Amino acid sequence: MLLNEFLFLAAALFALGVYGVISRRNGVMVLMSIELILNSVNINLVAFGAMNGNLTGQVFALFIIAVAAAEVGVGLAIVLAIFRNRRSVDLDEVDLMKG
Amino acid sequence: MGLIVAAARNADAPVLVAQNIAFGVIAAIMVFSAFRVVTTRNVVHAAVYLVMVLSGAAAQFVLLGAEFVAITQLLVYVGAIVVLFLFGIMLTRAPIRGEERATRDSWPLGAFTALVLAGLLGYSLTNGFGGDRLPRYCTTAAPLAGSCLSPSGTRAISDAIFSTYLIPFEVTSLLLLAALIGAIVIARRD
Repeated sequence: MLLNEFLFLAAALFALGVYGVISRRNGVMVLMSIELILNSVNINLVAFGAMNGNLTGQVFALFIIAVAAAEVGVGLAIVLAIFRNRRSVDLDEVDLMKG
Repeated sequence: MGLIVAAARNADAPVLVAQNIAFGVIAAIMVFSAFRVVTTRNVVHAAVYLVMVLSGAAAQFVLLGAEFVAITQLLVYVGAIVVLFLFGIMLTRAPIRGEERATRDSWPLGAFTALVLAGLLGYSLTNGFGGDRLPRYCTTAAPLAGSCLSPSGTRAISDAIFSTYLIPFEVTSLLLLAALIGAIVIARRD
């Protein structure tokens, strides 16, 4: 198999995730798009690890999975706090710090 | 698009036909599901499509010989994170029937950014790794390390984590503790 098959797949997932982060209004959907981005990085790491024949890529993928779990926990807590204060998770309305 | 080009360029490879077909099918499912995740109006449907993307990634890890990462992906992502997302959807009372406007007004800008990003990534990947091939799958019983693609055992990964990467591992456990306490503090009603 070509290495590029996996890299192109990861690039497609990354671009879709960036689109989701920029254009979604619901805070939960933005977090889901961030998960897409993290997964594309994981695919890249494991593919490069297989290419070079060592385990470093897989170990870092495991670390990224752990960090992603922590990130989702804190992120959803923030979204819930926003919802409790404003009765909405629409990110367009969260603009208190806009100049 | 790039996937098709890469698969076509690989068509004359002597072996690995089954793996290439599996890769193509799973990759197509993953890209379609990821597209639906960022475009569907229904948040619950988006979560289900996210499950398909994450399971597809686990399948790709198996294709790459990373079994432990694949199982961890299924356990942590599909088992825990998606459930967390469903709880988040439930607690924020997002309309199950779909929202009136799922995207903000500047979504063409986001689409433009994503297209430019995909184009640049595709160009640089073609330039940088155009002909690189993954090692063949191992056929002999006791292969030389790194000479062929063999399923890396859980024992080797645990050896690496608990020797070379011990300090990052401990830092990760501290990070998880901090995230746990932080999530409780932020989401607590007081």
